[in-house]
Amino acid sequence: MFMAPPATDIAPRDPLLPRIVRLRGKRREIRGVWSLEVVAEEGEPLDFAPGQFSMLTAFGVGEVPVSVSGRTRDGIGLVYTIRAVGAVTAALCGLRTGAPLGLRGPFGAGWPLEEAAAREVTVIAGGLGLAPLRPAIEAVLAAGGRLVLLYGARGPSEILYPADLARWQSARRAQVEVTVDHAGPEWHGHVGVVTRLVPRARFDPDTALALVCGPEIMMRFAVSSLREAGLSDARIFLSMERNMKCAVGFCGHCQFGPHFVCRDGPVLGYDRLAPLLRIEEL
Amino acid sequence: MGERDGHLLTVAGLEALLQALTAQGRRLIGPTIRDGAILYEEIEGIADLPRGWTDEQGPGSYRLRRREDDALFGHVVGPHSWKRFLHPPRRELWRARERDGEVELRPAALPEERLALVGVRSCELAAIRIQDRVLLEGPFADPHYRAMRERIFLLAVDCGEPAATCFCTSMGGGPQAREGFDLALTEILLDGERCFFLRTGSAAGAALVAELDPPPADARAKSAAAAVVERARASMGRKMPEADIRDLLLASLDHPRWERIAERCLACTNCTLVCPTCFCSTVEDTNDLLSGETVRSQRWDSCFSAEFSYMNGRAVRAGTASRYRQWMVHKLATWHDQFGSSGCVGCGRCITWCPVGIDITEEVAAFAAGAAVPAEGD
Amino acid sequence: MEIHDLEEVLRGHPFFEGLEPQLARLVRGCARLQRFDPGQRLFREGEPAEHFYVLRRGRVALELSVPGHETLVFQTVDAGEIVGIAALVPPYRSLYDARAVARTVVIAIEARCIRDKCETDPRLGYELMKRLVPVLFQRLRATRLQLLDVYGAPGD
Ligand SMILES: Cc1cc2nc3c(=O)[nH]c(=O)nc-3n(C[C@H](O)[C@H](O)[C@H](O)COP(=O)(O)OP(=O)(O)OC[C@H]3O[C@@H](n4cnc5c(N)ncnc54)[C@H](O)[C@@H]3O)c2cc1C
Ligand code: SF4
Ligand code: FES
Repeated sequence: MFMAPPATDIAPRDPLLPRIVRLRGKRREIRGVWSLEVVAEEGEPLDFAPGQFSMLTAFGVGEVPVSVSGRTRDGIGLVYTIRAVGAVTAALCGLRTGAPLGLRGPFGAGWPLEEAAAREVTVIAGGLGLAPLRPAIEAVLAAGGRLVLLYGARGPSEILYPADLARWQSARRAQVEVTVDHAGPEWHGHVGVVTRLVPRARFDPDTALALVCGPEIMMRFAVSSLREAGLSDARIFLSMERNMKCAVGFCGHCQFGPHFVCRDGPVLGYDRLAPLLRIEEL
Repeated sequence: MGERDGHLLTVAGLEALLQALTAQGRRLIGPTIRDGAILYEEIEGIADLPRGWTDEQGPGSYRLRRREDDALFGHVVGPHSWKRFLHPPRRELWRARERDGEVELRPAALPEERLALVGVRSCELAAIRIQDRVLLEGPFADPHYRAMRERIFLLAVDCGEPAATCFCTSMGGGPQAREGFDLALTEILLDGERCFFLRTGSAAGAALVAELDPPPADARAKSAAAAVVERARASMGRKMPEADIRDLLLASLDHPRWERIAERCLACTNCTLVCPTCFCSTVEDTNDLLSGETVRSQRWDSCFSAEFSYMNGRAVRAGTASRYRQWMVHKLATWHDQFGSSGCVGCGRCITWCPVGIDITEEVAAFAAGAAVPAEGD
Repeated sequence: MEIHDLEEVLRGHPFFEGLEPQLARLVRGCARLQRFDPGQRLFREGEPAEHFYVLRRGRVALELSVPGHETLVFQTVDAGEIVGIAALVPPYRSLYDARAVARTVVIAIEARCIRDKCETDPRLGYELMKRLVPVLFQRLRATRLQLLDVYGAPGD
């Protein structure tokens, strides 16, 4: 036939076909939220870049996008932190240790760490939004960068990864502030929305990068506080969420204006998002 | 390889060509009358073509009518497009069987069938090239699409009589097949006899021509073919406004006109199903209770459905206005950003098959007019 | 000596930053330093609001007692911020409890005193207004976000 489509040098593997991996362990993080440790059947290491996500299949139920929230301690497996909100996420959280599950990916563009590692990074996370940021935080600290982490949760019992937070808090070049929306009198930390912490954050707006993940409304508020603090749009990065079915640019579901969130994102620069976020129901 | 020279094919010669394709082990798919419309179905030869019929089309209307002559391709495009063969409405991706904690995963077999698509129009060649960019030429390739695509033979046909809904010329195409085909026909009359000016577009096409050895076309045949195309070009039914449509639509995202369109649009998804470039799909997992297998299938989806944008318990695009906007802005604007061209080829199907006759060219014209007079409060 | 210091303390606080010396002296006349231990209250809901506080150090929790419910902390205020704006707005009654959750040092400004001075010197009134409005604006915005309860797990 005429003009054979150019042969692309991608692996011949079908991008829609999951590989079989195993649940090696799981732990309950907070109410309704579990972290799953997943390893390849043959034990070869699974790789990812901070901010990327995978498509996880609970066989017989369905497939959903989930961010990679870390590496297993031995470095060969990946960790996912999942809130059970519907059929597939509940099935994933309910898997028994040793159970098989399907994995595709990792996919997408992660946090701009090449740019960030050596310098200052301000992270604003809300709720489960801390999950895709955890690997970025570890990478920044490991590279000797300066970290400001502002984390908001609903209440003291819904703070994700308290042990990691404590460890980061004691890191030399880190400022970690945690706030909750409401608390009882026994809580002595900050109360109030996470954006109120921005004026307390010590960063240089001309060199710092801001990485933001959380519910979309929270991200919008966070961006406006960051801009007030002098950060330019090009230095602010958000991790976006949209319905996703394929994760490889075939299904069309994740479109946000010109962007395929699965492929061009999920992490996108605010300079590209700003004109789109103001449009309703885009 | 004679592209410029061309050959002359009689009606019997066309039949011989179709049989030669069959002899290569190909299944012939071509236009044929079914259920009151011209659809793309399996055919055996020219007897199955809608000879002597044409299709009258308008916004929200489609009707078959007898022609005064016995033209074989005296019609344009119907509700089907070739995407149903390359990117089928539904296909299985894989099945899995779980037993004792072990999962056996079997990918669906890749198609081995070889198809010959007969009567492919210029707008449809353009649409296939557009789907190539989506499903083959990005960072990932769809192996099913690739397998089908690599095996098809494209026998194109130039259009002689565009429908009232056609506007390919204003989308950068035209009634003449220019590239992306194996062989292309122009249906002409020479001394009252129906025949075809045959052009060759690929090695596979050239091999067939060599096998059939039709006579070369003379100057008369060539000028008759050129006249057919010229006449068609001059009688294009519709026109897309000559504006920078991408910029126009992206500047109109919060224009009140979307709500006006939404008052008419039924969100029936027809336009996306008949569109030859719409590629969106979803997946479904089903459990076969008998075999204990889980089957994941892919099927066409539409940005007009509520589930399409479902996230965190609700649809991001809750209303019809935002869904229509997504469809049209993607097709005509953000497609440029994503794939380097418009997603519209001007085939007019979305106009014909919209039950309420929403006309994409008319809507663009309205946005263009609104942009020219910004003070107008709509 | 002590009084001179207080004026510097005032002008060094983010809330009063850049206030011209003449006006700072007016504020100083209504102000005094005060310490609160953890657990100690600055004021209670429903009481006449007599002071407005500028926090130098520590943290203050703003709380609501809800009948049949554990006391709810809805906001904390830290060093560099202010608390007790009700003392400047009629009917001058506190709308919630304020309790120190850490050792806290504040500049307590007597509300009637400062209100009177604002009346006689509108320049002071305007300066105060310019500093209060952004704080109120930010709190309104934060409240809006808090109301949305964006992290809520489904089912509650
Ligand atoms: C890039 C990315 C990263 C993510 N990372 C994480 C993470 O780290 N942790 C985490 O917990 N979550 C994460 N999520 C969210 C997670 O993917 C969703 O919570 C999950 O898809 C919900 O699936 P479910 O089947 O459990 O629930 P449901 O929302 O019930 O169903 C999922 C799908 O079923 C369909 N559906 C369900 N109900 C309806 C309905 N009423 N009408 C129409 N269709 C319906 C929808 O198409 C929907 O997409 C991420 C999402 C994205 C896009
Ligand atoms: S534009 Fe017409 S065809 Fe498309 S969804 Fe609306 S009513 Fe259906
Ligand atoms: S998830 Fe399918 S295109 Fe992005």
